[in-house]
Amino acid sequence: MVEDEGIRRYVAHFILWIGIAIVAFPVYIAIIASTQDNALIANGQMSLLPGGHFFEVYYQTIFVGTSGSTREPVGNMMLNSLVMALAIAIGKIAISIISAYAIVYFRFPFRMSIFWIIFITLMLPVEVRIYPTYKIVADLHMLDSYAGLALPLIASATATLLFRQFFMTVPDELLEASRIDGAGPLRFFWDTLLPLSRTNMAALFVILFILGWNQYLWPLLITTRDDMQTIQVGIRKMITTTDALTEWPIVMATAVLAMLPPVFVVVAMQKLFVRGLVETEK
Amino acid sequence: MANVTLRNVRKTYTGGFEAIKGVNVDVADGQFCVLVGPSGCGKSTLLRMVAGLETVTGGEIDIGGRVVNQIEPADRDIAMVFQNYALYPHMSVYNNMAYGLRNRGMAEAEIKTRVEEAARVLELSAMLERKPRQLSGGQRQRVAMGRAIVRQPKVFLFDEPLSNLDAKLRIAMRVEIRKLQRRLNTTSIYVTHDQLEAMTLADVLVVMNGGQVEQVGNPLAIYEKPATTFVASFIGAPPMNLMSTRPDEIKSQLGGAAGEAGIVGIRPEDFVITDQTPAGGVALPLTVEAIERVGAETFVYGSREQEDQRVAATPGELPPGEIIVRIPGTEAPAIGQKIRVAAVRQKLHLFSGDGRKRIEA
Repeated sequence: MVEDEGIRRYVAHFILWIGIAIVAFPVYIAIIASTQDNALIANGQMSLLPGGHFFEVYYQTIFVGTSGSTREPVGNMMLNSLVMALAIAIGKIAISIISAYAIVYFRFPFRMSIFWIIFITLMLPVEVRIYPTYKIVADLHMLDSYAGLALPLIASATATLLFRQFFMTVPDELLEASRIDGAGPLRFFWDTLLPLSRTNMAALFVILFILGWNQYLWPLLITTRDDMQTIQVGIRKMITTTDALTEWPIVMATAVLAMLPPVFVVVAMQKLFVRGLVETEK
Repeated sequence: MANVTLRNVRKTYTGGFEAIKGVNVDVADGQFCVLVGPSGCGKSTLLRMVAGLETVTGGEIDIGGRVVNQIEPADRDIAMVFQNYALYPHMSVYNNMAYGLRNRGMAEAEIKTRVEEAARVLELSAMLERKPRQLSGGQRQRVAMGRAIVRQPKVFLFDEPLSNLDAKLRIAMRVEIRKLQRRLNTTSIYVTHDQLEAMTLADVLVVMNGGQVEQVGNPLAIYEKPATTFVASFIGAPPMNLMSTRPDEIKSQLGGAAGEAGIVGIRPEDFVITDQTPAGGVALPLTVEAIERVGAETFVYGSREQEDQRVAATPGELPPGEIIVRIPGTEAPAIGQKIRVAAVRQKLHLFSGDGRKRIEA
């Protein structure tokens, strides 16, 4: 019986290792390729061991960029992506938590209609309303600007719904106790509701940051200047070259760099996640 | 320090449902008033109206000589203890108590003195830095009390504050609340559905049913002279035995004004097992159906022969035809045995046939 257990465990581990290999191998290749000489990769002679060009390639990627297709250091692209992703994540959370507060705690005319209108926008992602959105952003002279990159993506039904559901689980007595304690609507929001929403906000931040970071279509449409490119758009541009060899080490280095911020956000926020799950507040 | 007066207070919801149908209650300064009644009788609604958490649709609520109908809860000079405590989960015990004072712009030094004094009284001094989730139910309850007393309000409002505690703790906290209220001498209104809590805490007991006040008065006076059959069966445990009696039968046994009575009530503790019929009293033959021994006393459940004579109209009711007899000690007749129980004339409660009126005879 004990032996059986042992064999079964080895089989299970073996299967898990296969899974990990399938997921991790492309990432490994990207990292390896980013340290090799371009000529080797182009010849199809790429080694599976790290090459000797790590510092050289990453220096060129971050501070210079490719010699042909993008003409823009990846460092700057990362900054653009970071500003956009942060603006989208923070902006969405701010707007949604306020609108959810209004919908849950205030009685005003057409409250339910407004709620349903917000709900319906769930079915209209940017891709569907891209022409009118582009027109509005262009008319407001926000092409090639951070505002143009982030603002249209900020309005969010999902986050509003999530906060609404959370607020509805907060006991009414807390609001009543606050009223008796002399806290007005703003005080209640700031002193009680926001601290209670902390773990929800952290979870949303992770999801929204990655969503913002991975935007491709919208930045591609509204940015034309090289210095406003985001990293996702940049990678794509680097790969398609018409008259020259694709600079694969730089492409791979860019891909590796593009992975880092989301990984960092997930790892950093995971602690808050777990704490939020362990402490049952309310 | 203030008295609270409710004048013909009404609450009608937008759907037309009338939750409070004109309540008049006067709570004198420093008194402990308990609102008691079955669930849905409107007692919590009434308390929330005094707190300002529900609007008043008719009548006047007067706290310390000021009509507060249109005044915000924070400006009514009241403090409330909620059933689920409603502590701010993210704030420490200290901040939970200090929050209301800070919102009023009180100086931090004064807040500190008040909170520490309250913590000392409630034995919470060692826990001021803890969060509510790190406290036991009884401790949370005390923090909720502390939050109320640091305010030094004119009136304390309690909304079933003990119902989330276990039975033993409930009794301990009940005594504590009463002691605290006596010492602070603050007018208090307390809502409960537990008649024992109501009896032990109240200076003034208000028995409510269906949005109306059934009886107001001293708890013992209410126990001794319930004004309606509802009060009779609600106050006292186990409930009073209520039996309809044919008028001529009553008249022949009791005579005088008793002839108008349609219902006779006898508390379980007023019965004695005996073969004699006391003069002017009532005797009943019973078949013993069940026995409950609780140590100091024993409850005998018996059925009468004529089952149709039992009144069934109030909550906490026994099945028709069943009579409860409370006897001291553990000596009890056997199940199935036929016994005779009797009650003397002075222990009979007589009510009109609809149960709405007490008849003194």
